[in-house]
Amino acid sequence: MADKTSSSAYWAANVRVILISLVIWFVCSFGLGIILRPALKGISVGGADLGFWFAQNGSIYVFLVLIFVYAWRMNKLDKEYGVEE
Amino acid sequence: MDQFTLNLIVVGFTFAIYIGIAIWARAGSTAEFYAAGQGVNPILNGMATGADWMSAASFISMAGIIALAPVGGYTQSAFLMGWTGGYVLLALLLAPYLRKFGKFTVPEFVGDRFYSGGARLVAVICLIVISVTYVIGQMRGVGVTFSRFLEVSTDMGLYIGAAIVFAYAVLGGMKGITYTQVAQYVVLIIAYTIPAIFISLNLTGSFLPQLGLIGGYAPQGGDVAVLAKLDSLVTELGFTAYTADTNNMFNMILFTMSLMIGTAGLPHVIVRFFTVPRVADARSSAGWALVFIALLYTVAPAVGAMARLNLTTTFWPGAATGSAMSGPALSVAEIDSNPKLAWINTWKATGLLDFSDKNGDGFIQYFNEKALVTAANKALADAKKAVADSTDADKTALEAKVTEAQAAVDAALADPANGLGGKSLTELGFVGNELTKVDNDIMVLANPEIAALPGWVIALVAAGGLAAALSTAAGLLLAISSAVSHDLIKGSINPNISEKGELLAARISMGFAIAVATYLGLNPPGFAAQVVALAFGLAAATIFPVLMMGIFSKRINKEGAIAGMLAGLVFTAVYIFLYLGWFFIPGTNMYANTPANHFFGISPLSIGTIGAVVNFTVAYLVSMVTKAPPQHVVDLIESIRVPKGAGSAQAH
Repeated sequence: MADKTSSSAYWAANVRVILISLVIWFVCSFGLGIILRPALKGISVGGADLGFWFAQNGSIYVFLVLIFVYAWRMNKLDKEYGVEE
Repeated sequence: MDQFTLNLIVVGFTFAIYIGIAIWARAGSTAEFYAAGQGVNPILNGMATGADWMSAASFISMAGIIALAPVGGYTQSAFLMGWTGGYVLLALLLAPYLRKFGKFTVPEFVGDRFYSGGARLVAVICLIVISVTYVIGQMRGVGVTFSRFLEVSTDMGLYIGAAIVFAYAVLGGMKGITYTQVAQYVVLIIAYTIPAIFISLNLTGSFLPQLGLIGGYAPQGGDVAVLAKLDSLVTELGFTAYTADTNNMFNMILFTMSLMIGTAGLPHVIVRFFTVPRVADARSSAGWALVFIALLYTVAPAVGAMARLNLTTTFWPGAATGSAMSGPALSVAEIDSNPKLAWINTWKATGLLDFSDKNGDGFIQYFNEKALVTAANKALADAKKAVADSTDADKTALEAKVTEAQAAVDAALADPANGLGGKSLTELGFVGNELTKVDNDIMVLANPEIAALPGWVIALVAAGGLAAALSTAAGLLLAISSAVSHDLIKGSINPNISEKGELLAARISMGFAIAVATYLGLNPPGFAAQVVALAFGLAAATIFPVLMMGIFSKRINKEGAIAGMLAGLVFTAVYIFLYLGWFFIPGTNMYANTPANHFFGISPLSIGTIGAVVNFTVAYLVSMVTKAPPQHVVDLIESIRVPKGAGSAQAH
């Protein structure tokens, strides 16, 4: 294992990436899809409103991009801290 | 060639492929049997995960669950977000670390991280309860799908399905299952999307169903949006608007969350990420899994909305260009004579669809019948039956009741509040909804016929439904058998068992698991729909929290983990049993399962989220007052947190 300070710095950086990703995950599904839907009724997307679209389709697209961006960020982080396989 | 022969040929061909793969991918070692030798390409693993994850319920029922929900299609979005958002949690919080840990099963991680055979045993119990309840529904699904397409009885279909799974799961273990699932994924996604593309082209002119959902309605020149058209038609017919808001936002949030963390906590999904070569692959493989799942899950809401629209315009032909009641309803004569509508009688024969011309006008009126009207009609039928059944000489009292019930029906029909658009049913000449049954499954199963697609597409849908059911059943059975052979036999009963002996034990456990699942599938405990809720709720309340704490906290110890899992398990199970009966025995429930009775409006389906909170809280409090984990466990946690040093890949 790498020395103690660098491995705990790696973990802190990792947790930061996870937290940012979780915020996006929450906002696009629970936020835009459910909680904020009544407030965003005015924005229409093809016959329904933005909240409806996020709940049925939009959130899934965001999830997809999110996982790949996370994987890419983490692989970069692995290299920066020299902990890749 | 008739449809039946075509179905047999296409289904037989796909089965030959699955068996061929099974023979090619025989497992030679326990590593291959439990984790496919940890050498599966992450993209292929993503496909296999997609097939593993998407069950008969996703393939056949989900579009209908969204399309036909009495509360409207929007509220059912919980399934769409919940069953996909869970993969984000898997990728971020569990998959890479569990892959780094590098062993074969979920209980094994729990046992090592919490340095306790007891914790491992509790995890095995949770895993078996979750997987067995889940597999019952899948075995039923296999039987039902076979019986629908191959004209055999449900029981016979179940035996055939069990035999096929036995052949490739016992022979190939995880390796055989994984590569079979890749083939099954290809079959099911083609079968799902082809009819959807044609329907989208018909209704919206858009090639992509995802764009069709937000597109314009083609029969009216595309000026009106599909969803706006659907909303106006269903509200005219007395239904809740398709895009209507949920009436219980708090419960919808908890339900969505419960499905998400339940997904991330399902053992048969987690073990899929043990099969890839590297930690980095575990991260991207979750993404690939979601790509392949999203191909179906983004199409499903489009299929749902369009099939509902098609159903409505079929029964109200005027609706295609105007309002629903701008023309007469569909006539019985038309159903019997128009070859394009032959599917109505075909599916009527299966019992998934039913209609009856109650007012005898020769037309079938489809609308939302108010509960009051239904109740009054039922009371009248009961009163008439009482007269007919009575052996008394003097029936005056009973006949008076019939007169009374008839008056109640007349009053209900005459009340504009029970009618449509301000007119009472009497004014409209209706006596009740005449499309008496529309099963959820019809929305997908009848799609190729509604869109007048060729016979081979219908056969493909049959093969797709079977692929979805078989692949999920196989994945669940593997999770059960490896818990038995690896965690129980090797882990506690006989730790010195040889590699060869364990492989044999794994195969015998698999055979045994299939036998039990088949038995339960033949004799379901009468709660097929509820068990899925139980499986998700328990996975959310037990497995997900214990794994997450095991990775992200160094302070949670064995006492905390065991107490947390048990608290989550008991709390969640008891809440579900309160409404659905103790151990699902009908009639033993303490409260009726209605929203008014739910604590804080939380339905038993959504309780897993609260169960997870209970688990986290109990585990934290108990850990704080007991001894911290020993140094070797802290070292283990530090090692799973960095990718470096994962076991090298084994190619095959």
